[in-house]
Amino acid sequence: MSDVAQALTKVLGRGSAHEGAHHWRAQRLTAIALLLLGTWFVIALARLPDYGYTAVHAWASGLWNATLLALFTAAACWHSLLGVQVVIEDYVRGWLRPAALVVSAFIHVLLGVGGVLAVVRLALGS
Amino acid sequence: MSTRPLSPHLGIYRFAYTMAMSILHRATGLVLSMGLLLLIAFLAALAGGRDSYARFTAFGGSWAARGLFALLIAAFLYHLANGVRHLLWDAGIGLERPAARRSWKIVVAVVLAGSVLLCWLLLRGGHA
Repeated sequence: MSDVAQALTKVLGRGSAHEGAHHWRAQRLTAIALLLLGTWFVIALARLPDYGYTAVHAWASGLWNATLLALFTAAACWHSLLGVQVVIEDYVRGWLRPAALVVSAFIHVLLGVGGVLAVVRLALGS
Repeated sequence: MSTRPLSPHLGIYRFAYTMAMSILHRATGLVLSMGLLLLIAFLAALAGGRDSYARFTAFGGSWAARGLFALLIAAFLYHLANGVRHLLWDAGIGLERPAARRSWKIVVAVVLAGSVLLCWLLLRGGHA
């Protein structure tokens, strides 16, 4: 088999790409991160005096809160990307599978970059 | 390629509560993935200024949105609590049947009690 064909079978998920452990580890690592960040996020929301613009903006634009918000957003998008990938690999068959994987990856990266940039904009005080 | 048996083998096992737990973990994970859209919309609206945030909260204050938030809260708690179970299993802890049964009951308790508490805390619109 040529190198290109071999690379293609790896892309199509028809053989070991030697990245299984990486996926597994990243899923667990982001899970632990989200356990902490998700708990922080929910408690922080519950502690806000109200959900008006002034209170929420003041909370989200603080450096410490913005840092955790950006990390929460990034970790959530990464963890979601990995989880949705597994679901697609298990239940989607045929040509729809690679198509769904690409669409899912694009959407997740779009959401992750968009979310983090929104937090950066908040922190820099637009 | 398609003729060999492929995991997950959904049709060959007798149904057990562990299967419901596992499927629910995936289902709540997908619900939370949809919830990501809401999180990013919230951050983008907040970063966009007072007007865009007002448009977001106009949607967020509706009863349909509150129902959606309640669903997300329950899904979040289930995925979080059951996720801890998975992490402990990965570490080799609690795999025996009695321990797994006990932790299953803890997950249900966390979801029920936590959902009530968080819905009350988050859906009343702040503690002021």
